[in-house]
Amino acid sequence: MRRVVSVWFPTLPTDRLGRPEGREGQGSSPNPLSHGSKGHGPWQGSGQRPDLASPVIIVASRVLTAVNEVAAGLGLRVGMKLAQAQALVPGLSVHDADPAGDAAALMRLAGWCLRYAPLAAADPPDGLWIDVSGSTHLHGGETRLLRDLVRRLTGQGLAACAAVADTPAVAHAVARFGGGGVVPPGGSVMADFPIEALRLPAEVLANLRLMGFERVGPLAAAARAPLVRRFGALLTLRLDQAAGKVFEPIVPVVPPELIQARLAFVEPLLTAEAFSTVIARLVALVCGDMERASLGARQLDLLFERVDGSVQAIRVGTARPVRDARHLGRMLDERLERVDPGLGVEAMRLVVAIADPLGFVQTSASLVETAIPDIAPLVDRLANRLGEARVYRIAPVESDVPERSVRRVPALATFAGGWPADLPRPVRLLDPPQPVEAMALLPDHPPVAFIWRRVRHRVRHADGPERIAGEWWKRDREMLSVRDYFRVEDEDGRRFWLFRRGDGSDVETGDMRWFLHGFF
Amino acid sequence: MALLRDRIARIEHIHQKGVAGRSVALGIEAIDGVLPTGGIRLGALHEAASAGPDTEHAAAATLFVAGILARLDGPVLWVLRQADLFAPGLAGVGLRPDRVVFAEAGKDVLSVMEEGLRHPGLTAVVAELTGRLSLVASRRLQLAAEQAGVLAILIRRSQAFDDPVLDEPTAAATRWRIAALPSPPALPHAPDTPGLGRGRWRLDLTRCRGGSPGSWIVEACDATGRLGLVSDAADRSARAA
Repeated sequence: MRRVVSVWFPTLPTDRLGRPEGREGQGSSPNPLSHGSKGHGPWQGSGQRPDLASPVIIVASRVLTAVNEVAAGLGLRVGMKLAQAQALVPGLSVHDADPAGDAAALMRLAGWCLRYAPLAAADPPDGLWIDVSGSTHLHGGETRLLRDLVRRLTGQGLAACAAVADTPAVAHAVARFGGGGVVPPGGSVMADFPIEALRLPAEVLANLRLMGFERVGPLAAAARAPLVRRFGALLTLRLDQAAGKVFEPIVPVVPPELIQARLAFVEPLLTAEAFSTVIARLVALVCGDMERASLGARQLDLLFERVDGSVQAIRVGTARPVRDARHLGRMLDERLERVDPGLGVEAMRLVVAIADPLGFVQTSASLVETAIPDIAPLVDRLANRLGEARVYRIAPVESDVPERSVRRVPALATFAGGWPADLPRPVRLLDPPQPVEAMALLPDHPPVAFIWRRVRHRVRHADGPERIAGEWWKRDREMLSVRDYFRVEDEDGRRFWLFRRGDGSDVETGDMRWFLHGFF
Repeated sequence: MALLRDRIARIEHIHQKGVAGRSVALGIEAIDGVLPTGGIRLGALHEAASAGPDTEHAAAATLFVAGILARLDGPVLWVLRQADLFAPGLAGVGLRPDRVVFAEAGKDVLSVMEEGLRHPGLTAVVAELTGRLSLVASRRLQLAAEQAGVLAILIRRSQAFDDPVLDEPTAAATRWRIAALPSPPALPHAPDTPGLGRGRWRLDLTRCRGGSPGSWIVEACDATGRLGLVSDAADRSARAA
């Protein structure tokens, strides 16, 4: 299933002016707008930096081509004469249009967007496309991917609106006319959009309006032949692209500074075996290049250029830099099932999207077996399959509150320490704790019996209380709160971990309700 | 009869690269004596489930498995369906947190487990499975474990108490059922003193390839993962050697 993100930058030219100079490459930014190991930003700053809180306009041939939000609020519109604008708003900040600079900025932004998926392309004059098919799970789903994308872009001073849909055309329209968001697979939303959403030339749009077409729906339902005779094939092509009947390829950007290899074939390839052979050769080429540069791959993109002009891609990531051709080849082979070769693949390109320094340590020449088995390849493969966040170790945290005493760390992280051995902890923890009805003598006797899920458990043995106070040094609300934990065993021998909110005498410390928190 | 058994054992183990005899003893002679290799065999698939109302959370089975792993060395892959496991509890029976890599696999528990078994370097792969395990799937896992010489343990869980699904035949080498039993007072000489002694389990070996089933009453895992034998006479506990 194809899923495409379209990003729209409504005020790209003016936002670009406000971009402070020389901010690129400063590592302190939480949103490093850099791709790969080289720290360049998606764009460079321009010579002068206007204050974007004041009206800013951009002109070409004395006609406004872009206005920022403040200027738009003052009634300035694209297409106005410069003299008229200056008469309306005194003290305008006027700048020359720089279409080439805008296009270059878009290309850099597209290169930056490769962090989300291997196929990203500029959609001039003011947008981007990212083919996220099969890679959304790595970012926690489509909604979170969009939110993360827009947050990072706006954090860099770029107004952006993003949408994801089945086809580039629909995503493009929803980003611009539908306010962005996720269009569910198979969803059809185009009918209600204005005809401007179809990416047609201005004169065609004007003529269509003269003919009475306002929305896409009626236009799509109209007879085709007269429309084609009058407006040419582009109109029907756009309609078919919007309906998903015609495949619209995305020609991905490939930043030239990255290590990559490309093989073109005399005859189109179709079989998985053939792809595997090519992968082995590509990986060998790339690994040779990486070895010369003392780099190891953290992320690999393999692009399949199909006969029909579309591009498919698979992406694999590694937990630490890798230059082992066998391991990389195997990871790519495992993703092959996601590729639809269509009528055949005429060229394949392998790009090292992210590379980190890696010294010359790979060969093991010693006769002694390595003491610690290396599980990094396994972690890589599981992380590629399940998502990085779902393969982890659990490290201790110094906290008395049980649910805060653990934290997930990456599977290859090293950590020291453990939990106090003298405090028994359950092996299963209920999150959140489940309320139970318990009968107990106050203030600090264990319960005599408790009812959980409508089953009554009579307590035969109990140990406790273990008092756990709230972390008042971190959270003001927990200044007084207290939990008293009991380990109890019922008459069948099952062991439970119960706690009472509150210390049993002072209501300030908790409401004295009982909860079941875990099982031994 | 003994001769025949020996021959069958040799035929069965002929394609196992030297790991056939390796196993981890439970430390209780009565149980180890029943198991054909004198313990839980590495390079084989084993199943463990809790009995009764604990079938859903499988706390006793998890502790039993963690206790076995605690007495082995090397990294362990623990394949989860959902994350309700509490690592301090595992550390409490001796399975240190830096040895365990967790993988939340959702519905792909079995294929992720197989992936782990095929990877060299792991000591054991544990997976928590809710629901049915087909004979074919279990045979795949058994073969993968056999070829790699890696200990494979499935913790079978189910929403239903003593789900009959858990009794369906599989290719596992052994199948354990762990039920909690009422424990004796913490201080045998002063039964009225409040407190909680060592837990007590009924350990049922419901299936054992090349051996016979059995049932024992044992003391639950201690801080190093060892079980203790309960002598039948009274509430006296004899520590395993």
